[in-house]
Amino acid sequence: MKVNGKIILLQKDINLFDFLINNNYEISKIAVELNKKIIVKAEFKNIALNDSDSLEIVTFVGGG
Amino acid sequence: MHITLNGKRAVTTAKSVSELKEFLRIEKDSVFIINGFQTDKNLILSEKDSIVIIKKGVTPSKDEFESMISARHTPQVYEKLKKAKVAVAGLGGLGSNIAVMLARTGIGHLLLVDFDTVEPSNLNRQHYFTRDLSMPKTEALKKQIYEINPFITTETKNVYVDEKNIEDLFLGYEIICEAFDNPEIKAVLVNTVLNKMPEVKVVAASGMAGYFSSNSIKTEKKMKNLYVCGDFTNGSKQGTGLMSPRVQICAGHQANMIVRLLLGIEEV
Repeated sequence: MKVNGKIILLQKDINLFDFLINNNYEISKIAVELNKKIIVKAEFKNIALNDSDSLEIVTFVGGG
Repeated sequence: MHITLNGKRAVTTAKSVSELKEFLRIEKDSVFIINGFQTDKNLILSEKDSIVIIKKGVTPSKDEFESMISARHTPQVYEKLKKAKVAVAGLGGLGSNIAVMLARTGIGHLLLVDFDTVEPSNLNRQHYFTRDLSMPKTEALKKQIYEINPFITTETKNVYVDEKNIEDLFLGYEIICEAFDNPEIKAVLVNTVLNKMPEVKVVAASGMAGYFSSNSIKTEKKMKNLYVCGDFTNGSKQGTGLMSPRVQICAGHQANMIVRLLLGIEEV
């Protein structure tokens, strides 16, 4: 699977929500695009990832 | 030959800058701007040149004043930007500086959104003055923009932005500048706009605290309708405050990306 431009190998079946949590993303501070489509947070648990997917995760840090 | 002189069409027999100056009896210390470029050189005039002559110390008429304010812009670029509309969400260190830059660039209409008032800790980086303390940021900034360029129209909304009001607040705007401080609100605005307003582009910011290298701040196109400016790492936290230079560098990135989008350029 491609994550932010880098290729990684999914070790097991995993949904988007668990993938993000396992990789230390804070759900309330990110925007996620899967295969060029923006994904709403409510859908994260319903989406099973696979190795052909391309995931883009944008993280917001504070300050402005 | 036909030229535009201080915003009005004119016909002249002058073939060069010096001939035109002589013909118009222009004083030596006047500012002479040809096609957005200020010059003292005796350039040859061409058909359709746009010329602005500013006599120092003389109050211009309203029509002339607008052409003088915009005289240093590339002519066709200014015409496009004058017709444009941009929404600025959050009027802190990023938003206040971005709004001022967009106003100076001649963006014709700005929507200014913030819920807060100006307080002393804002003055280290935000575009306000001590005279603005306790005023709503929307009002203080609207006043400044009028003082910079009275031909720009502004709309203000003094509200706290949340998931429920975003679609209403930004209806009719094709470019939204995300300029909040709080990372959760940043994410809410970006997610809501990208999901519910598919024609709208967002220019957001992430990471501009401290005094790390200026060169670590950049603009990236992250998604089809999402541009993010910043170093993507350095959030404000205890021991790492927000300081004017890097906040303004990031604001400059956002403002320039907005100008590029308005001119039809989607690359960063």
